[in-house]
Amino acid sequence: MGLRSLLGACALSMLALAGSPLALAQADKPAELKIGITTFVTGPASVFGVPGKAAAELWIEEFNAAGGINGVKLAPIYLDEGLGGDNLLSEYRRLVQEQGVKVMLASISSGNCNIIAPVAEDLKVLNILWDCSTEKVLEDRRYKYVFRTQANATTEMVATVLYLLRTKPDFKTIAVVNQDYAWGRDSWEIFRNTLLALKPDVKIVAELFPKFGAPDYSTEISRLSALKPDVILSTAWGGDLDTFVRQASQRGLIKKSTMVLPLVESSLERLGTAVPDGVIGGMRGDHYYLHPEYKDDARHKAFVQKFRAKTKAYPIYPVYHMVQALEALAAGYDKAIKANKGKWPTTEQVTDAMRGLEFRGLTRPVRIREDGQGLEDQMLGVTRTLPGQPFATLTNLTLVPASLVTTPVGQRSPEWVKTVKPDLLKSPAIKTFPDAGN
Amino acid sequence: MTFDLLLLALADGFSYAGLLFLVALGLTLIFGVMGIVNVAHGSFYAFGGYTAATIALWLVERQAPTFVLLGGLLVAAVVVGVILGTAVEAGLLRRVQDKDPILQLLVTFAAFMIFEDLQRLIWGAQPQTAAEIVDRLGNVELFDVTYTVYQVILIPAVAAIAYLLLRGFLRRTRIGKQIVAVTHSREVATALGINARRIGWLTFLIGAVLGALGGALAAPITSLVPGVGTDMIVLSFSVVATAGLGQITGALITALMIGVARSIAVYTMPELEVVVPYLIMVVVLLIRPSGLFTVAQARRI
Repeated sequence: MGLRSLLGACALSMLALAGSPLALAQADKPAELKIGITTFVTGPASVFGVPGKAAAELWIEEFNAAGGINGVKLAPIYLDEGLGGDNLLSEYRRLVQEQGVKVMLASISSGNCNIIAPVAEDLKVLNILWDCSTEKVLEDRRYKYVFRTQANATTEMVATVLYLLRTKPDFKTIAVVNQDYAWGRDSWEIFRNTLLALKPDVKIVAELFPKFGAPDYSTEISRLSALKPDVILSTAWGGDLDTFVRQASQRGLIKKSTMVLPLVESSLERLGTAVPDGVIGGMRGDHYYLHPEYKDDARHKAFVQKFRAKTKAYPIYPVYHMVQALEALAAGYDKAIKANKGKWPTTEQVTDAMRGLEFRGLTRPVRIREDGQGLEDQMLGVTRTLPGQPFATLTNLTLVPASLVTTPVGQRSPEWVKTVKPDLLKSPAIKTFPDAGN
Repeated sequence: MTFDLLLLALADGFSYAGLLFLVALGLTLIFGVMGIVNVAHGSFYAFGGYTAATIALWLVERQAPTFVLLGGLLVAAVVVGVILGTAVEAGLLRRVQDKDPILQLLVTFAAFMIFEDLQRLIWGAQPQTAAEIVDRLGNVELFDVTYTVYQVILIPAVAAIAYLLLRGFLRRTRIGKQIVAVTHSREVATALGINARRIGWLTFLIGAVLGALGGALAAPITSLVPGVGTDMIVLSFSVVATAGLGQITGALITALMIGVARSIAVYTMPELEVVVPYLIMVVVLLIRPSGLFTVAQARRI
């Protein structure tokens, strides 16, 4: 059997060994493009993983029905991040080395992103960090094969500080209640340094880090009730955030202090009327089914409807992040095919195309910088439940452009956020949307 | 730390200890009679919670009065405890009764993992709760801090009642005395004509109902998510180990100790909150390796 026919017989699996001398500069157009998607199907983070997976299924089904990438259909394989880092990593290698997966969408957990990125680089597989937020992964090392199609923690936290200071400039004290793990600690670090750079006189009265997955926050709430801080920040999410908000609301804490909850959008529908008016809330990007610029956009509207029909819930931010990752993938391949005069590109040609790529998920367009980091604008608002509504909406929405609040290429966030200047608060690029009527 | 804050910390600690005690009580009771640490106890807690949330939601939709809702929680605990307890005891543990204790532990661990999957199959991954009950019972003020009646009065009260009932049951009733006898020595109890198998099953059911009751009472204040049983089994095991395996009053005192120490930590050194239960456990076990309240054991050989 000659080399040619061997390649023809199992082109996919051979091409997976892109580093070997057998790989050709000119890739053959495959019958289908296998993509691996890591998402949480088990564990507490399945509140994000399960809707994210539903979004992938919905999007891929439609995309394939419309012809795929130049006739090549996407064949997704899903991995559960709940397996834990080591198991996930060996599954990841298996998909790439044995099953010929060309593109990986990994992952939700920042911990997983940190361990997967160097492995993706070694395996020479295109990896899209589709939902994790750690800014460190792309700041600590330059990658050729790793990209992020959404914002990072710095963008999100700096935008949140700006919104807080624009909405409530005169507060004096702040307390934090974050989950005790990497995200809870890191997000507070960025938030605190940014806040102190913009408002040095603010006093931090309590820093509480209850256990991840804590079933009860009543002691923390008692302490905060006694301290009465002007502002309470919590970057918690999922069941933890639900419990905290519900207990704080039942015990009147939310009426005494202004709550800042950067991830509350993902809990609003579940929490129903337990969320009082006046909570400052975010959505890790500008993803909102009531996005003032895109709520009537035909594609966005149709997607929201189909997603609700499929899952009986409104799409939350991981759904939008998944769509962004997939749109970026499709746009990257399209760009690479054009650059390759219509022929199917190699992985390296796609990674070249990804740099500087501008694409649109369901809301505002995202641009990928030369370091692989996506610039995703941030939207925040204040909760309000109108009479008759089953759950709160975010009003007084403000859009902060990512370029204003993201660490420049080559710099590191811990140092950069300390150099943020108060002029930023008045930037004309920040767009506010006054509420119509009421 | 002022006196006011200490009282606040006590209120929080008692509420926390109440739930912890109920779950630990079931665990320690089962250990006493069966001689195994039942990891599947975490599943009783989780299923009790989810079932209670489902029942409460159903009742709220039908505008049931508050006492019916509370009754619903209790019913959930009893139903879950009896069904799951029987399944685990009669279906699994009885078959490995005379095997290596490590094998028994592994069997309960396997059951726990199977139940975890079943739970996700039934209730999915989205957090669930039964918060309506807490809203209905209203609030009390304590030094200008608002508490919910549910957490600061109802939960400690239920825990206290469960403790007193169980103690009375073990000391004063015939079956209770038989349970104590089997706890002390299974062989001797059998020789005296006690049906140890029936007593084992009965104790397992009571323990399972207590575990499920912990979950059912937690359902209105917490968010039930996949994995909720894991945390509870670890924490309640630390209570049981600190108290001494099989010690009921010891479990009560230890749960209170852990609850209060934990809330004092939140007020004074929040960094220590998470490790407080385990610090207490380590210190106690270093000084008294078989637990705080273990009485001298009768020699078996």
